[in-house]
Amino acid sequence: MPDRVNVLKTYKTYIDGAFPRTESGRHYKVYDREGNILANACQCSRKDVRRAVVAARGSFPGWSDRTAYNRGQILYRIAEMLETRKGQFTEELERTGYKAKRAVAEVESSIDRLIYYAGWSDKYQQVFGSINPVASSHFNFSLPEPTGVVTIWAPEEQPLLGLVSVIAPVITGGNSCVVLASETYPLSAISFAEVLNSSDVPAGVVNILTGSRTELLDPMTSHMDVNAFFYTNPDIEVQQQKQIDENGALNVKRIIRKPMEDWQDKEAKSPYFITDFQEIKTTWHPVGF
Amino acid sequence: MSEKEPTGTEAATPNKAGNSVPGLDFNGPWKYDAAPQSSDQIDLREQYDLFIEGHFQKPEKGRYLPSVNPATEETLSSVAEATQQDVDKAVAAARKAYNKTWSEMKAADRGKYIFRLARLIQERAREFAIIETMDGGKPIREARDVDIPLAAAQFFYYAGWADKLDYAFPGRKARPLGVAGQIIPWNFPLLMLAWKVAPALATGNTVVLKPAETTSLTALKFAELCQDAGLPEGVVNIVTGTGQTGSLIVNHNDIDKIAFTGSTEVGKIIMESLAGTDKKYTLELGGKGPNMIFDDAPVDQAVEGIINAIFFNQGHVCCAGSRLLVQEGIADRVLQKLRDRMETLIVGDPLDKNTDIGAINSEQQYNKISEYLELGVEEGAEMYQSSCTLPEKGYFCRPTLFSNVSQSNRIVREEIFGPVLTIQTFRTPEEGIEKANNTPYGLAGGVWTDKGSKIFKVGSKIRSGVVWANTYNHFDPTSPFGGYKESGQGREGGLHGLYPYVELVPG
Repeated sequence: MPDRVNVLKTYKTYIDGAFPRTESGRHYKVYDREGNILANACQCSRKDVRRAVVAARGSFPGWSDRTAYNRGQILYRIAEMLETRKGQFTEELERTGYKAKRAVAEVESSIDRLIYYAGWSDKYQQVFGSINPVASSHFNFSLPEPTGVVTIWAPEEQPLLGLVSVIAPVITGGNSCVVLASETYPLSAISFAEVLNSSDVPAGVVNILTGSRTELLDPMTSHMDVNAFFYTNPDIEVQQQKQIDENGALNVKRIIRKPMEDWQDKEAKSPYFITDFQEIKTTWHPVGF
Repeated sequence: MSEKEPTGTEAATPNKAGNSVPGLDFNGPWKYDAAPQSSDQIDLREQYDLFIEGHFQKPEKGRYLPSVNPATEETLSSVAEATQQDVDKAVAAARKAYNKTWSEMKAADRGKYIFRLARLIQERAREFAIIETMDGGKPIREARDVDIPLAAAQFFYYAGWADKLDYAFPGRKARPLGVAGQIIPWNFPLLMLAWKVAPALATGNTVVLKPAETTSLTALKFAELCQDAGLPEGVVNIVTGTGQTGSLIVNHNDIDKIAFTGSTEVGKIIMESLAGTDKKYTLELGGKGPNMIFDDAPVDQAVEGIINAIFFNQGHVCCAGSRLLVQEGIADRVLQKLRDRMETLIVGDPLDKNTDIGAINSEQQYNKISEYLELGVEEGAEMYQSSCTLPEKGYFCRPTLFSNVSQSNRIVREEIFGPVLTIQTFRTPEEGIEKANNTPYGLAGGVWTDKGSKIFKVGSKIRSGVVWANTYNHFDPTSPFGGYKESGQGREGGLHGLYPYVELVPG
């Protein structure tokens, strides 16, 4: 007999700052690399996507209106929270089959990645904005502004570092997002939602769903109130890519694909991940007495 | 303040309803004599072939389309219709030029060719302006003072970038994409060509360009300039034709990038056509620009701005301020002044230097605008048109104002692309911003107020790629232009206009 019966964690979704189950009531089993059952995950539906998009849209005006400094501090706060739970995340990755050393490296890189983007929050505007010397008496400047609501397929491998690497640049730039976690290894994503929830990230800015990519491809890419779709699969089937692009055409969605094999690669982070989800706005202002 | 208070310079005259109200005396002594721009010097061929690999070549199928002067309905010339084989030839020429000369050339030399093009446009500016006006119907004043100078400036600006690209993209090196397929609209024919061709060449790409079928002539004249400039053969290829030719370009396997300016409808079709391919694309699409007038705005300036925002180029402007949003307190006054000002607009011969509003670009567009005018009345809006007389021949449309409209009216939601303005009011800035953003478009918007802080607050809330504060419809080669939401993707102009034509690799 064990001294104590452990309390197992129920993995749910993260929508609008709360942890509801999928409205569909469906689940799928999550296995480790040996084929042992780890947990049940929510198999989210079209309706969950729609709810998450509503939450993301609702949070967008407030989040994009935060000062760059404030967003930077919140990104930094996420890193702090993750640091304090390093053990939990390392263990969770190990349970999926990671070797201890690799698990630690992934968690540490995830923390560092958040710090990296926290530091960009009030700099990319300076690096990628411009003052334009127009040939008339106007003061003219161009600044990046967030694109809006972004739906994201988190990378299938590297379930924590991949996830952090796609969320951080999107929200650093003032967007809100709906993320579909790695289908095979979704547990870190839901645990990461707990970190977000305790990091002053306003409700709705990041929404995390679990479920089938094939099933959710359509709702995530065809939704008319979504401004951009972001995916990184290096090995996507042409037919799927085509469907994503075609759905994008419905409302001129920005379809951003960044195939990435390894999120530890030095090219796996850059300010260009931020600017992919920015729109340049140019303002003209007359100059005179 | 009473809206009926005379401003001093205006005489009280009876209006049409016979009431005595302050206004402008339109029957007064101020008459304009005809001031025609002579077109005697213009040398147009009867027929233009395709410009491929540095030479004019006959189209394979031998088909030609008439190019009509919309102000007279007379045929000016005819232009070739490019079919599959012609497009294949043009793309092959562009590919060859890309591989053999243009991408191998020293960047500074590339720049020098582009500088030459800028200079040649300046030298022949008047000729280009006259042809633009005859072919497209825009007032000579606009072609002469806006279109052509800006086109030359665009080449001059991007020429200088050719050997400075290492400074443009922090931490990255830029590589050209290859062959760019470019499809441009009929509203600013040469200027849109310049917007497309100049950055593409500066970044080391070669191009296959298709002008709009109603306004191909200045592009073909530009082909002559490419010859005069000694531009290596195949770097610029110009294939004329209809949308069908455009789709051949979009779907061509050996094209690396598509740049399109036109309607959102066609933009979406292009996105669909490109689905599943790795072709890069940029789209500059439609708009329904909100022009917001706050009650602390300088009203007379704002009225001029409203006129310029919607009636510039007959309203054939994707970023036109076609939705006027006026703060309630000054709405009646603005409306009255606007009507008075509209009454003074001269609609007529585009070649007359006094003309404010020229001809609608084509019969097709004229019919489309007319349908919207009927629709607006059917939807219950109140229509006001200036009382000017229109020429007997040609496609002309009176400047038109629709009041008493609601957000759900089609004339408020859809791009009309003509001299048609709708007016709505708002009470608070929040309500105004809400209305401004209640559209799938997001290309441009205007803000009129004397308060600087309000400009920046409202400007940052309008979801569009361009915000004009206390001005409207200004353009400059250094100033990025492009849309949010369904108004497009990517920017043209300025440093940001380089991005669509390069691949960035680790530096």
